Amino acid sequence: MSLILRLASRNLFQDRLRFIATVVGIVFSIVLVTVQMGLFLSFERMVTTMIDHASADLWIVPLGTKCFEDPSLLDAHDRTYALSVKGVTDAVPVVIGFTEWAVPSGGTTPIFIIGSSTSTEGLHPWNVVQGKLDALSTPHAVAIDQTYFARLGITRIGQSTEIREQSAQVMAITNGIRSFTTTPYVFTALDRAQAYIGTSPNRVSYILVHVSPEADIASVRNLLLANLARVEVLTPDEFRTRSRAFWLLGTGAGAALFAGALLGVIVGTVIVAQTLYSSTKDHLDEFATLRAIGSSGVYIHKVIICQALLSAVIGFFLAACIGLIIVEVTAETALPIVMTPLLTLGLFLLTVLMCVASAVAAIVQVMRIDLSRVFRQ
Amino acid sequence: MTEPVIEATDVVKFLGHGAGRVEALRGVSLSLGCGQLTLLMGPSGSGKTTLLSVLGCILTPTQGTVLVRGRSTADARSGDLAKLRRDHIGFVFQSYHLFPTLTAMDNVRLALDVRGVRSGTAIAKAKEVLVTVGLSHKENAFPRELSGGEQQRVAIARAIVGDASVILADEPTGALDSENGHAIMTILSNIAKDPSRGVLVVTHDPRIVPFADRIIHIEDGRILDEVAVGAAMN
Repeated sequence: MSLILRLASRNLFQDRLRFIATVVGIVFSIVLVTVQMGLFLSFERMVTTMIDHASADLWIVPLGTKCFEDPSLLDAHDRTYALSVKGVTDAVPVVIGFTEWAVPSGGTTPIFIIGSSTSTEGLHPWNVVQGKLDALSTPHAVAIDQTYFARLGITRIGQSTEIREQSAQVMAITNGIRSFTTTPYVFTALDRAQAYIGTSPNRVSYILVHVSPEADIASVRNLLLANLARVEVLTPDEFRTRSRAFWLLGTGAGAALFAGALLGVIVGTVIVAQTLYSSTKDHLDEFATLRAIGSSGVYIHKVIICQALLSAVIGFFLAACIGLIIVEVTAETALPIVMTPLLTLGLFLLTVLMCVASAVAAIVQVMRIDLSRVFRQ
Repeated sequence: MTEPVIEATDVVKFLGHGAGRVEALRGVSLSLGCGQLTLLMGPSGSGKTTLLSVLGCILTPTQGTVLVRGRSTADARSGDLAKLRRDHIGFVFQSYHLFPTLTAMDNVRLALDVRGVRSGTAIAKAKEVLVTVGLSHKENAFPRELSGGEQQRVAIARAIVGDASVILADEPTGALDSENGHAIMTILSNIAKDPSRGVLVVTHDPRIVPFADRIIHIEDGRILDEVAVGAAMN
């Protein structure tokens, strides 16, 4: 072990209570940032989950659509125009909207209907754990997620109820299709979705465009825009970005999560800076001696930064363990906290940066030592 | 005396600011060479420690010049002063100033580590100087496990391990009993017999006068006289 590391570690561990305070500060800070950023990632994924699972090269959306859940509608005839564009192999209409689900035991609850043609590649439920996707083509068939059984008053497949006073029968059950709005998603066929929502049969929410592999997507998009009025044509990536921007920035939800994360970083930095500063103050005679015997400023910086890095590594390890437990505990909740390798790496770098930044005050203090203190008793 | 390692000429040093400003040194000139042990004696407040700080490149003079191996300390930046200390000067302090969390061996190695000397070479050199000061059997002991005399010997080992040209010792026997003080002065006078090294000891302990080759008296920031050892003994 190098002498710098030895000196740093012994300075750090000499006062165990202060060391524990430092580590607790780091752990508190990083766990807070982990939760906030994990929620942010989770939210970011959930707001685009329908776009991620739709089969489309391009989305025709009503002009000014802000997100997938936007209630604006298109003229269903736009589909015919879309199909006439060279390079378009299919155009699948999708209808979405909020409506009411009659709970079999009494009362109603809001649901979010997603309707798509069952015979083509469109936007269908995934992770089907009971029943079959094909069953959605039978009259009144709907698919729900088992997470929402209690909310919807459903206990088994085949159970019947009403949606907006029209018959509905649960014919497929999925697992893990959760809504960040907490309103359950209910999948069905296009025509029934229009009926359940109360929309005219010649109105749809989106048209999912499939483009021939030989065709240039940008050219197809330009042709679609030239042929259709009051619509926008977006790639899935553009629609995702727009949805995220709306939910995360437009609603202030993202700003709130980032503010929480920033607060965590500030609290952590202040705690680490305070404990490093007081540790350095306790060792001023030693740092003065180091300088008196000729050590360079860089050598002393290394000792202090090494102390900060040791705190960072130990604090991060504990925070990561707690973070993993939180991820595990929240995995089955409405808004699970997500940890990715990139987020973990980012949090580690943030911890290091936070601790090194915290060392600045201690370094400034040491560089201002009156060296003649070494001659005092 | 050989070519001086440190040479001070007309050094004036003010300490403090405003109404509290004090002229601690008032035109001091002296030179320190190799192969001799010089005592700097004087009453409290006479300017001994300030002079030691100026000669040891811890303070720069307000006026006058200090040359260390021909290099002036005037206008030197703190990094340049640190390099002069690293290359030419070893310190021994009255309070030892050992690192309590490091062993005797590591305390000595630290002086090499700051000079960029590491691993096997550093360990060999540190062992060698611990033998010189008679502490080879205590190399793994922490300062709290050593007596005052032993701690001072570790401090001397730390001062000489980097091959400093001059050892500046501030009251090295001040915290020791006469037996340990005698042992420490014996080590320092042996170091001073090395023709490549000089030793300056600041003291007001008359018991160590017999170890001196030269004695300088300072009072009120001025050198009163400078006597060779024979004259002092008389």
